[in-house]
Amino acid sequence: MAEILKYQPDVIIEKEGFDDHFHEHHEGDKYQSNFLSTYLFSMDHKIIARQFLITGIFWAIVGAAMSLVFRMQLGFPEESMAWIKPLLGKWIEIDPDGVGTLSPDFYYALVTMHGTIIVFFVLTAGLSGTFSNFLIPLQLGARDMASPFLNMLSYWFFFLASVVMFISLFVSTGPFAGGWTAYPPLSALPQASSGSGAGMTLWVVSLVFFVVSVLLGGINYITTVLNLRTKGMSMWRMPLTIWAFFITAVIGLLSFPVLVSGFLMLTMDRALGTSFFLSDIYIAGQALDYAGGSPILYQHLFWFLGHPEVYIIILPAMGIVSEVMSVHARKPIFGYRAMVYSILAIAFLSFIVWAHHMFMAGVNPFISNFFVLFTLIIAVPSAVKVFNWIATLYKGNLRLNTPMLFAIGFVSMFISGGLTGIFLGNSAIDIVMHDNYFVVAHFHIVMGVAAFFGMFAGVYHWFPKMFGRFMNETIGKIHFWGTLIGAYAIFWPMHYMGMAGVPRRYYRFDVFDTFRHFDTMNKFITIAAILVFAVSLLFVINFFYSIYKGKKVEDQNPWQANTLEWSTPIHPVHGNWPGKIPSVHRWSYDYNKDEREYIPQYVPMTPEEAPENH
Amino acid sequence: MSTVTIKPRNRYKIHPQKFALWSAMASIIMMFAALTSAFIVRKAAGNWLEFELPSIFYVSTFVILLSSIIMHGSYLAYKRGKAAIYRWGLVLTFLLGITFVVMQYSGWTSLYEIGVELNGNPSGSFFYIISGLHAAHVLGGIAVLFVAISHAFGLSFKISDKRLLRFELSLHYWHFVDFLWIYLLIFLLIQ
Ligand code: HEM
Ligand SMILES: [Cu+2]
Repeated sequence: MAEILKYQPDVIIEKEGFDDHFHEHHEGDKYQSNFLSTYLFSMDHKIIARQFLITGIFWAIVGAAMSLVFRMQLGFPEESMAWIKPLLGKWIEIDPDGVGTLSPDFYYALVTMHGTIIVFFVLTAGLSGTFSNFLIPLQLGARDMASPFLNMLSYWFFFLASVVMFISLFVSTGPFAGGWTAYPPLSALPQASSGSGAGMTLWVVSLVFFVVSVLLGGINYITTVLNLRTKGMSMWRMPLTIWAFFITAVIGLLSFPVLVSGFLMLTMDRALGTSFFLSDIYIAGQALDYAGGSPILYQHLFWFLGHPEVYIIILPAMGIVSEVMSVHARKPIFGYRAMVYSILAIAFLSFIVWAHHMFMAGVNPFISNFFVLFTLIIAVPSAVKVFNWIATLYKGNLRLNTPMLFAIGFVSMFISGGLTGIFLGNSAIDIVMHDNYFVVAHFHIVMGVAAFFGMFAGVYHWFPKMFGRFMNETIGKIHFWGTLIGAYAIFWPMHYMGMAGVPRRYYRFDVFDTFRHFDTMNKFITIAAILVFAVSLLFVINFFYSIYKGKKVEDQNPWQANTLEWSTPIHPVHGNWPGKIPSVHRWSYDYNKDEREYIPQYVPMTPEEAPENH
Repeated sequence: MSTVTIKPRNRYKIHPQKFALWSAMASIIMMFAALTSAFIVRKAAGNWLEFELPSIFYVSTFVILLSSIIMHGSYLAYKRGKAAIYRWGLVLTFLLGITFVVMQYSGWTSLYEIGVELNGNPSGSFFYIISGLHAAHVLGGIAVLFVAISHAFGLSFKISDKRLLRFELSLHYWHFVDFLWIYLLIFLLIQ
């Protein structure tokens, strides 16, 4: 093994870097002059990233806690829930014997809110908001985003969306309860269910704010990547993280507006009496005068966003995993270009597969064939990526620290969940599987758990850069193994339940003869969920404790990584580099090349290094 | 808008803010693409009310087209240092923009009078939502024009990179809503 080298980024950058005269303008200090503009209404991308992360953690706790409540209902339907009455209030009904039951309406609200919160607020805003903001300028050698102001707005729109959604949890009729996909008529008729009134109004308002946040952020990410790369940072030298964030933003920019159009039509149906999505509806024996609309139309619009959305969630995680894995395997990522091309292929295909969510919704079976075909083709670029990750690990000098473990865990989860996707992608098999626990298992493993793993890998890996301290490794490893084993324990059995036909979103199964024999399994899943929640709390404690008390970072480049963020001071200033910005001479994956253990991107090529070798 | 000052470098063929605006246009296009494809799908399903567009919509099309041309003239005048044409061209554009929105509104009322209701057959609802959403984007453009006018009259005339850039941003957006309407009108006519 080559010896560990030390580079002196400050010296090299002073000599080789690019002088953009940034500090002559004193712009850097102008808008960081007081507490409010430094920590709250900050325009610094590093602060905004942390705001996204901490808001995301808040929502993750809320969303996960909700899942515990409905898991308790599913695992132990006979037990009294009176003890959480102080928290849930009237949603726990107490009978004369003092036995508390969860109100079925609220059960649906919990399932709905859990999905909405985790998909949008945690795995979209918390994941891509955090890491795109943090890493795009740092890894590209930029002072900040193209428009720091829009960037700040992006966070505050997310915050506004959060506030509105949070309020909806407390309205007297309850939050929206028609599923995270908000299909009409439940979402279109305020009188359809108790959550369909005020709860749904707040839901839609919140999500519109959320889309604004995504679009403002996305426009900024794209513009920054295309325009503010430092000298020498060609597209083909960008780390895979940046490629992933960039393409994610493009997908978001093209798919979220479609959702907005759907929401606009939905709102008109709700408020102005139009019939875009409604037809021939009876409520309580009363015919409503909506005519001529089609609920399937909403499903098309929703899933035209909805499917790309799942890749908006997973691509950043994939980028993070590629980067973390290469650093801690001390090897170049295997098949860099193939990685980029498969991101592009996935992004393109993600727009033409949406109807695989609607095989059973009355879509023409002949048209379904096309969607089957494209859906199955997505497995190809996905498999390319998996192959490359495994090949990156092969014969590497693996450092099995927490970020690396989570990166490897990601690959495991992605394989397990991706394979079941191929089952579901066949419309004939989907006739049986649709809307049952097999689907729940599929998307929780491939999207939920895998994306969380990518996020954890990123948090553990970049925590030293964000806060100047390390997170505790021992707790980190407990967190990893607990989550890995626990998550499989939760979701693996669900495949069997699905194959036996157990439908999703039911309030209880013990009353059905067909499903009663899953009682033990349901208890097992619930207990596993509680354990995973407990180790996740360990993570949260570790996170906040380490911000203040973690081991201090002494070395500018603690992981011996090649990317530019590790050439900034341990506590980066506003504008990221105190003097010149680094100029880039090579790609970001020169690990163990020419007898050198690693060569950061700002190190010039030696004469022996042929220029075409990146 | 505060932007971290990066010295203009020739490597960048396009200014970041311009690029950001174009990205925003792409997402606006997707919004309308969603509505128009929903329109096609819904229409194919039958039970579709056919109606003739009131002629005022053709006049309004002419008006917004004219406003675009005039704004372009104002832009060229600005570059050549002709302050008066620049200023009054903007005012004219602004007035024509408002005229467009008013005409759209009166078009909607005359549609309503011939029995095409917002909450009737989806064919009407689609027309209102598409043209209404477009009008909302025009209103955004009118607000931008208002700012441009206040700059044109409030600041002393000067040709600077920064003001040129601002002008170009406003101009591109205005052309964009103009062409968007023409596309939508053609779509609604041939559909
Ligand atoms: C090999 C690639 C994949 C294929 C072929 C595939 C296929 C499918 C199909 C056919 C369904 C619909 C099942 C039904 O409702 O009956 C589905 C559901 C779902 N998939 Fe995948 N999938 C794949 C990968 C992914 C990935 C990578 C993610 C996310 C990162 C994901 C997230 C989801 C979600 C969230 C749902 C369920 C949404 C809901 O109904 O609530 N899938 N998948
Ligand atoms: Cu999908």
